[in-house]
Amino acid sequence: MGGTSDQSIRIGAIVEAFVGRTGGLISALRAVQDEFGFIPPETEEIAAAAFNLSRAEVKGVLSFYSDFRRKPPGCVVVRLCAAESCQAQGGRELVREISRRFALSPGKTSASGDLTLENVYCLGLCSVGPAASVDDCLMARAAPEAIAAAIEEKWRSQKGSRA
Amino acid sequence: MKIYAPLDSVALALGGDAVADAFTAAGCEVIRTGSRGMHWLEPLIEAETDGARVGFASVEASDAEGIVKSLASDPRPHPKFIGAIDELPWMKRQTRLIFGRCGVVDPASAADYEAHGGIRGLKRALSISSDAVCEEIAASGLRGRGGAGFPAAIKWKTVAAAGGDRKYVVCNADEGDSGTFADRMIMEGDPFLLIEGMTIAALAVGAAEGYVYLRSEYPVAARVLAKAIDDAYAAGLLGANVLGSGRAFDLELFIGAGAYICGEETSLLNSLEGKRGEVRAKPPLPALEGLFGAPTLVHNVLSFCAVPAIVADGGRAYAAVGVGKSTGSMPFQLSGDIKYSGLFEAPFGLTLRDLVEDIGGGTRSGRPVRAIQIGGPLGAYLPPAMFGAVVDYEELAAIGAGVGHGGIVVFNDSVDMAEQARYAFEFCAEESCGKCTPCRIGAVRGVEIVGRLMSGEDHAKNMEVLGDLCDLMVDGSLCAMGGMTPIPVRSALEHFPEDFAFPSNKRIFVSGSENSQ
Ligand SMILES: Cc1cc2nc3c(=O)[nH]c(=O)nc-3n(C[C@H](O)[C@H](O)[C@H](O)COP(=O)(O)O)c2cc1C
Ligand code: SF4
Ligand code: FES
Repeated sequence: MGGTSDQSIRIGAIVEAFVGRTGGLISALRAVQDEFGFIPPETEEIAAAAFNLSRAEVKGVLSFYSDFRRKPPGCVVVRLCAAESCQAQGGRELVREISRRFALSPGKTSASGDLTLENVYCLGLCSVGPAASVDDCLMARAAPEAIAAAIEEKWRSQKGSRA
Repeated sequence: MKIYAPLDSVALALGGDAVADAFTAAGCEVIRTGSRGMHWLEPLIEAETDGARVGFASVEASDAEGIVKSLASDPRPHPKFIGAIDELPWMKRQTRLIFGRCGVVDPASAADYEAHGGIRGLKRALSISSDAVCEEIAASGLRGRGGAGFPAAIKWKTVAAAGGDRKYVVCNADEGDSGTFADRMIMEGDPFLLIEGMTIAALAVGAAEGYVYLRSEYPVAARVLAKAIDDAYAAGLLGANVLGSGRAFDLELFIGAGAYICGEETSLLNSLEGKRGEVRAKPPLPALEGLFGAPTLVHNVLSFCAVPAIVADGGRAYAAVGVGKSTGSMPFQLSGDIKYSGLFEAPFGLTLRDLVEDIGGGTRSGRPVRAIQIGGPLGAYLPPAMFGAVVDYEELAAIGAGVGHGGIVVFNDSVDMAEQARYAFEFCAEESCGKCTPCRIGAVRGVEIVGRLMSGEDHAKNMEVLGDLCDLMVDGSLCAMGGMTPIPVRSALEHFPEDFAFPSNKRIFVSGSENSQ
């Protein structure tokens, strides 16, 4: 590993740009994830070499932060706010209902790979909760129907762009 | 015709982009601004005719043409017309020392910032000595708005007096507390205010480098602030020669990676160094050994944002607002089941009842208010019987609560306080940095114990065990994550004991718990 596959070269180039920057490792990992949707396993070794760290140190950072994904996410990522202010506005019921509709619990990706459901602790939309996001799209006063519709819309447009 | 349409995350989450696009399509010049803070009326747009602005509330894209048409003659009969925003009672009652420009100014324009009274603080700071700037902060009585309420001037003087040729200022924009969004709003709506406040602070304490540590959950704030920083360099506000003074300050934006604990300042500094966000033992204080071991001034967004007005108008003027040792204004953030939700900036000294019932209008659902949580996930749950309490640092501390970052979350009578207590432990277990056992293991134990209480198992014994666990977490935790998690738990137990009894009415009824709206 750390070899010369196409992907490794791309990861290496991304990581290299952050060496010497303040907090560079975290920013580098984010950039890798932005590119691939997750952190491919070979990133550990590449980043360790670039930042002059042990692999264990890189792994330690990766596992500390909840943003970093070790596996590819589903085609659509839905994040539901699980924090207090949204709880006070029906957030718990929303999480339950979305989990039921898509037969998926928070933190999981569906077997087909078409959907990832995640808990998030506050999106700063507490004044118009319950809050959610569907990919990059923020949703306020989120009703299950609206979220389901947004998910399906994303699926449709993804199919469209693949065709 | 000029239309001001919000780009604030709240407005976007309610369809704000489509609304803005519709006005562009209708031939208007659209300026994207922050939010005025009346979130129950978002998306709220303002139209400028003859130099005066009038507002329209809860606007949808399909309203654009009708609004434009109404403005050509008389907009007042339009059903979404709400008149001049500054004249609305909810706005008039506020003292907007920080948020005065938010929603008014163009956050993408340094020139507009200056035209609306920006940069005055920095200009004055450059015309007086660094000591004099620190004295203004001392005279203002400003206390940190990140949660602990520590006097700002003490930190400034410590960093200023510290030796070494490298010092930093770091803005804590991790705003992880549920029910808080003031940092987000000001970064989206008036980013130059933060830049100005940090620049003044940096020059006063002798730092030439600064960072904003922003949580990754705030992509809109990241975009607006990143552009503002670039523009500030272009306008000579940042860089090697701040406003031609010959003094340097460089500012960089850093995005976190999803960890509540990184709001704790030492964890934040580790994260900014690219490491795991583990909490550091204090001492040493960050003011002496902070980022990369150098003296570092860490403040919350709102603390830095209070600085320009303090320096421009004098610390004494700032201290004249507020009560006792709680000087100045606090941007209160009202959320949960509350009718008039949003941001209300007021001097310290209002009661909780003023904020929840009068200003907030009670619940949005129409159900009775049963509890509020004030000060974030580590803050106390309080019943309406205690709403007479005045909101200032000392008085809230006296009733076992805290101002925190100014968030007030309202719960209606469907809330199960045992569930909330269990959640406090769940959150701590999820977000603990893992460094000390009372927090890491204690939180997991807490979840189990409250669960047993809820199912009635060994009730008396588990109540006792829960008390012991809270004591242990308070006494043995390295930081306030573990040390303050018992606050929501204990306040729930103390003020809502019926929810912890077994059998509890709450959980027999709870099968139909869709009733929370
Ligand atoms: C668990 C925990 C989370 C915190 N989260 C934040 C936060 O999100 N934002 C913040 O400004 N301060 C937060 N703080 C407080 C900081 O440690 C620190 O006191 C603050 O940044 C100092 O700035 P101030 O003097 O302006 O309040 C947190 C503290 C703890 C213990
Ligand atoms: S109390 Fe919790 S979050 Fe704080 S240092 Fe200990 S383990 Fe980390
Ligand atoms: S608590 Fe859900 S968005 Fe803040």
